[in-house]
Amino acid sequence: MTAVTPDLDRRFRDAAADEGLLDAAYDFVDSPVGPLFVAASKRGVCRISYDAEPERELDRLAHDFGLRVLRSAKPIDPARRELDEYFEGTRREFDLPLDVALLADFNRRVLRELARVPYGEVVTYGELAARSARPRAARAVGTVMNRNPLPIVLPCHRVIGANGKLTGYAGGLERKETLLRLEGAIL
Amino acid sequence: MSLLPFERFYEQHREEIFGFLVRRLGRDRAEDAFQETFLRALRAYPRLRHGEHLRAWAYTIASRIAVDEHRRPRADADLPELASLDGRPAFAQLEHLADQLPPTERAAVVLRYGYDLDYSDIGAALGSNATAARQAASAGIRRLRQKELQ
Repeated sequence: MTAVTPDLDRRFRDAAADEGLLDAAYDFVDSPVGPLFVAASKRGVCRISYDAEPERELDRLAHDFGLRVLRSAKPIDPARRELDEYFEGTRREFDLPLDVALLADFNRRVLRELARVPYGEVVTYGELAARSARPRAARAVGTVMNRNPLPIVLPCHRVIGANGKLTGYAGGLERKETLLRLEGAIL
Repeated sequence: MSLLPFERFYEQHREEIFGFLVRRLGRDRAEDAFQETFLRALRAYPRLRHGEHLRAWAYTIASRIAVDEHRRPRADADLPELASLDGRPAFAQLEHLADQLPPTERAAVVLRYGYDLDYSDIGAALGSNATAARQAASAGIRRLRQKELQ
């Protein structure tokens, strides 16, 4: 049989990344909250998705970053390593380069404030709105959390309702609870 | 037709392109040529203006690389595998002669009779049109028959 072997396939995917020919690379990363679809542009990690439908994610990446989208493990390895460490409990902050260039100014500002919420702590939507200089925009902050392109790394699971309830999470409340329990924010 | 993300183009064509290169070059050399084919396609991909004739385009790149590989002598080269399982034995017997044809005729013959592409695809791959592709293929076949008789 003359089939492309997994080794040959991997070598091509690695070479494509090594030569800097990709607009975006992606791969799946195993985690306690299910397989994560993780993508990186030339600038940094640009997408983390739960329950990803690869076809749709591919189209979105091609639309946002360019047609040269390829599954390739190598460019995703730094993110895989840091996520593994986070889930093992040995990492509290992420040091990955992130690509949020395509987001609107307001979203970027809110996500920048979100990134400062420490491991194991929570804030309310209203507090985060205040820190983003828009104290009355709690609802808009909720929308930004819901559309966060980089969950876990940008910790929208640390944002809860004013009444102390978990309220909502794009990946489902069960995952939000798992992450907060992992961080010791809830018992 | 709009262009697909490269991942899909690669998934759709990698097996047949690899099979083509194995028949042309043998398994060992085909692996390098395979990688080079898709790297070259990846480099050129942003310059494509539409998603038509991509199969022919992939074969054209692979054919050029196979020809370059043939010209490069290698002491440890394996014998190419015979194309006996792909239902194209008649062409397989002529394939080695096709290398002696002028480039356009060779490409037209290989894509038409080896890979069953239609003339409009071949024309697009060669940067001409269906009529020119048909003419190139028949000129190539005439030349091959003469060679076979020699």
